[in-house]
Amino acid sequence: MRLSPDEMMFWQYGLFKLNGTIVFTWALMVVLAVGSKLITRKLSTGLERSRWQSLLEIVVTGIEKQIEDVGLRHPERYIGFLGTLFLFVALASLCTIIPGYEPPTGSLSTTAALALCVLVAVPFFGIKEQGLTGYLKSYVEPTVIMLPFNIISELSRTLALAVRLFGNMMSGTMILAILLTVTPFIFPIAMSVLGLLTGMVQAYIFSILAAVYIASATRVRNPKPEPAAKR
Amino acid sequence: MDSITLIAIASIVTAGLTIALGSIGPALGEGRAVATALSSLAQQPDSATTITRTLFVGLAMIESIAIYCFVVSMILIFANPFWNHIIAQAAGK
Repeated sequence: MRLSPDEMMFWQYGLFKLNGTIVFTWALMVVLAVGSKLITRKLSTGLERSRWQSLLEIVVTGIEKQIEDVGLRHPERYIGFLGTLFLFVALASLCTIIPGYEPPTGSLSTTAALALCVLVAVPFFGIKEQGLTGYLKSYVEPTVIMLPFNIISELSRTLALAVRLFGNMMSGTMILAILLTVTPFIFPIAMSVLGLLTGMVQAYIFSILAAVYIASATRVRNPKPEPAAKR
Repeated sequence: MDSITLIAIASIVTAGLTIALGSIGPALGEGRAVATALSSLAQQPDSATTITRTLFVGLAMIESIAIYCFVVSMILIFANPFWNHIIAQAAGK
């Protein structure tokens, strides 16, 4: 009974281990990068568009609209990071249809890495928007006594992101493995459909939470009076 | 009862209790959240997308409590450090 794809060894040589997590992560990265490169080789802005380009347009504009709904006013600055998070986690759980594949997000290392990326990105975008002093001042809002609590809440949010995604993915694969030893075809198929659904929802949740954290770090604290509208 | 039996009993019972008690709270909370979301959808169908999105985010946060309990019970069953330690000791003797 495997707890995570970390234990699936493809090849090892001394200290270098090629386990399931690394292989599947790289496979996903190759599919996403090479696929997008191939589709965007000849972009057209006319009425004739290829099916794949329309698919990518639907995905990108959908993500942009969601980011804007959350409260980030210039979604094109953040869509690189947030869109990649969503697409990686969504594709990771979508590919569970393929036999022999285990989602790399079912390993705590992958989800911890993604959560650490969010932990670094939030101050990065916050400092980019508000400057170093502006961002650091947000930690002592509303009073200086709140400083340790704000720091603890940052760290616990990151931990919660990692464990939430890991727990959902791991439980999906584990339920499937256990059911396959107990009952024949129908029930495991129903559980794997449920696993697909929760995988998609968790991908959405992960990126929306990252967007909300970035939005709360970049929102304007003291709105300056708007300059007179110039045409 | 020697230590191996005691550790095994404690781990198994705790794992079962953890997930059993740990899923009660989140289940009740999620039920209330969905009920309130449905009634506010009935009152204001125009903001359906906002309500639905907030509902899903809230459900995920509530669900993570149950996930923490699940992870603890999985650790107790599959990656139990006390069990590994005592088995290594027994094997070494």
